[in-house]
Amino acid sequence: MCSSELDATTLPPPATSRRGFLFTLGLALNGIAAALVGIPVIGYLVGPVRRRAEQAWISLGPLRNFPEGQTRLATYENPFRVAWDGATANIPCWVRRMSGEQFQIFAINCAHLGCAVRWFAQSRLFMCPCHGGVYYEDGSRASGPPPRGLFEYQYQVRDGQLWVRGGQIPTLAGPV
Amino acid sequence: MARLRSIGNWFEERTGLGAIVAVPMAHRVPRSTASWAYVFGSATLILFVLQIATGICLALVYVPSPDQAYESLEYLNYQAAFGWYLRAVHFWGSNAMVLVMTLHMLQVFLWGAHKYPRELTWVAGVLLFLCTLGMAFTGQILRWDQDAYWGLGIGASIAARAPYVGSELVQALLGGPIVAGRTLSRFFTLHVFVVPGVLIGLVGLHLWLVLRLGINEWPMPGRLVDRETYRARYEAEVEKDGVAFFPDAARKDMVGMGVVVLAVLLCAALFGPNGPHGVPNPTLIDTAPKPDFYFLALYALFALVPPWIEEAILLVGPPVAIGLLLALPFFVGTGEKSWKRRPVAVLGVLLIVLTVVTLASLGLVVPWSPVMDGWTGLSTPPRYVTGRTPLELQGALVLQNKQCRNCHALGGEGGQRGPTLDGVATRLTQDQLIRQVLQGGGNMPAYGKNLTPAEVTAVVAFMQTLRPNNQPAARTATEPATPGR
Repeated sequence: MCSSELDATTLPPPATSRRGFLFTLGLALNGIAAALVGIPVIGYLVGPVRRRAEQAWISLGPLRNFPEGQTRLATYENPFRVAWDGATANIPCWVRRMSGEQFQIFAINCAHLGCAVRWFAQSRLFMCPCHGGVYYEDGSRASGPPPRGLFEYQYQVRDGQLWVRGGQIPTLAGPV
Repeated sequence: MARLRSIGNWFEERTGLGAIVAVPMAHRVPRSTASWAYVFGSATLILFVLQIATGICLALVYVPSPDQAYESLEYLNYQAAFGWYLRAVHFWGSNAMVLVMTLHMLQVFLWGAHKYPRELTWVAGVLLFLCTLGMAFTGQILRWDQDAYWGLGIGASIAARAPYVGSELVQALLGGPIVAGRTLSRFFTLHVFVVPGVLIGLVGLHLWLVLRLGINEWPMPGRLVDRETYRARYEAEVEKDGVAFFPDAARKDMVGMGVVVLAVLLCAALFGPNGPHGVPNPTLIDTAPKPDFYFLALYALFALVPPWIEEAILLVGPPVAIGLLLALPFFVGTGEKSWKRRPVAVLGVLLIVLTVVTLASLGLVVPWSPVMDGWTGLSTPPRYVTGRTPLELQGALVLQNKQCRNCHALGGEGGQRGPTLDGVATRLTQDQLIRQVLQGGGNMPAYGKNLTPAEVTAVVAFMQTLRPNNQPAARTATEPATPGR
C-alpha cells in the first residue's frame, strides 16, 4: 500500500463537505452517548465513597444488663443494614460500666489493624490475637503495636437503656 | 482419518484459523530455550486456564451475598456432586499459580529476560503478578468465613492510614462505612469480572510480545546486550540454530504443564478444599484471622516493624516496591544477561527470597501473638510446684490466673510475646521482679492496678524459685553473694 493511498482513506475529510459533516456528527453523537453513560456510572461507583459516614443511635438494652465494675460484650444491629447483610449486621462492642451512668463503650476492633480484641477480666486487660496489642481496662494502650488506645463509641443513657452511636467501622481515619 | 481431515479442511477453508495458529506454533526459537528452566511460564498459563474453568463452575452455585455465601460454600462442600473437588482444585490451583508464577519471575530475571528489547514483556509480567495477588486476596474474601470478615477489617485499617483520603479509601474498599451487604458483592465483581478481564488482556499482550520479540535465548556470560546489535544477533542465532516452537521447544513445556496440573489435582484430592472456617458472625470474637500463605510475610511484617516506621512501610513500601519492579528494565536494560556475572542481581534475589520465606514462616508461628487460652489450657510443670511453700504455690496460681502464660512460656509452653520465665530468677532480683510486675515496660503492661499487694508478693515469691538447678539467683552489684540463696 503506497502512502498517498493511506492518507486518502484514513485522514478525516475536510469539515465543509457532507462526508465531513457526517464524520463530525458521528463523533458528537457518540461523545454525548459516552457522557450520558459515563456520568451515571461514575456517580454510581463513587456514591458509597462520597457518602458521609453514617452514624445513628442504637439501644444496647437495659442498664441492668451491665453490672457496675464489669466489662461485658454487647451487640448492636447495624442501623443501616440491608436485607442481605445476614449475621454481619450484628456488631459487637465492649461495654464497661464504671459506676452509675458512667460508661465506656469500646469498639471491638484493635486500633492497630482492626482485629477483634478480647477482654480478660482477671488481669483487666484487652488482648488482640493478631499482632499482640494489649490495652488496659480503660481502653488506653498498654503494649504492642497499636498507635493509640481502643476506639470509643459515644453513648447516652435514656429511658433506662444504654444507647450507642454506631454504624461505621472504626479506623484511624474515622475513629467513630 | 480421511473424513476428519476433510471436515477440518471444510472449516479451514471458511475460517482460516488453522493458518493463523500455525504461525506461532511453527515459529522458530533458539535451540537453547528448549530447557527445563523455561517451563514455568506455560505452567502458569495452564494454571490460569484451570482457575477459569473451575471458577466458572463454582460461580454456578456460589451466592455472593453475606447472608448465604457461607451456606452455599457448605453446599458445595457436602452436597453438590464433586463440588468439594472443584473447590479444592480452585484453591490448590491458586496456590500453585502464585508459586509457579513467582518461580517464572525469578527465572526470567536471573536469565536477564527483562533486558532490551523485552522491557514491556517484563512490565506486563509484573502487572500480571500484581493482578494474580489481587485475585488471591479477593478470592480469600469470597471464602466468606471469619478470616474473610476480619481480613476485611485489616484491609480497612490499612487503607485508613492513607493521608487525607483514608476514610474515602475505607468506604471504597468496603462499599460503605462498614463490612456489610455491599462489601462481598464488590469483591465478587472484582474477583469474577474486573481482575480476570484485566488478566486475560495482559496475558494476551504478554504472549504477543513473546512471539514478536522471541523467547529470551539462554544467556552466555560475556555476551552483552547492546541495543544496536542485539536483535540482528538474535535473529542470526535463530536462523542458524533455531528449532520450531512446536513441537521441539514445547515438549518440555507440555511435560511441565502436565506435572503441575496433576500435582494440583493430587493435592486437591488428598487435602480437599480450604474451609470455609468459622461462620462469618462478627459477634463470635474468639478468632485470630490469618491470611493465606501469599500474604503471611506481610502479616508478619506488620507485627515486627517498629511502630514509628510502620506507617511509612504500609504506605510507601508497596508503591516503591511496585515502582522498582516496573522500572527495573529501564535502568538495567542492557549489558550482561547471565546470572553468573550479575552478583548484585543474585544477591538481591537471595535477600528477597530469604526475607519473604523467613517472615512467612514467622507468620505461621506468630510468636508475637498472645496465646489467648494459655492461662486455661496449659499446665504448670510439676517440677515448678513440688517442694514449694504455700506462698509460692499461691504465686503459681496468680501467674496462671492473671493470664501471664498468654505471653510468657513456662516449661516450653505458653506465649512467646514476652521472655520465657523458666530462669527468670537468674536474671531479675526480687526488687526488679516487683518493679516489672507493677510498672510493666519493655512491651509488658503494668499490673499495678490489677493485682493486690498480696498477689504481687505471692507471684514474685514464686518467680524467685524459677531458676535451673545450681544457677545462682540474680543479685545487685552492691549485694554480697550468699551461697545457696
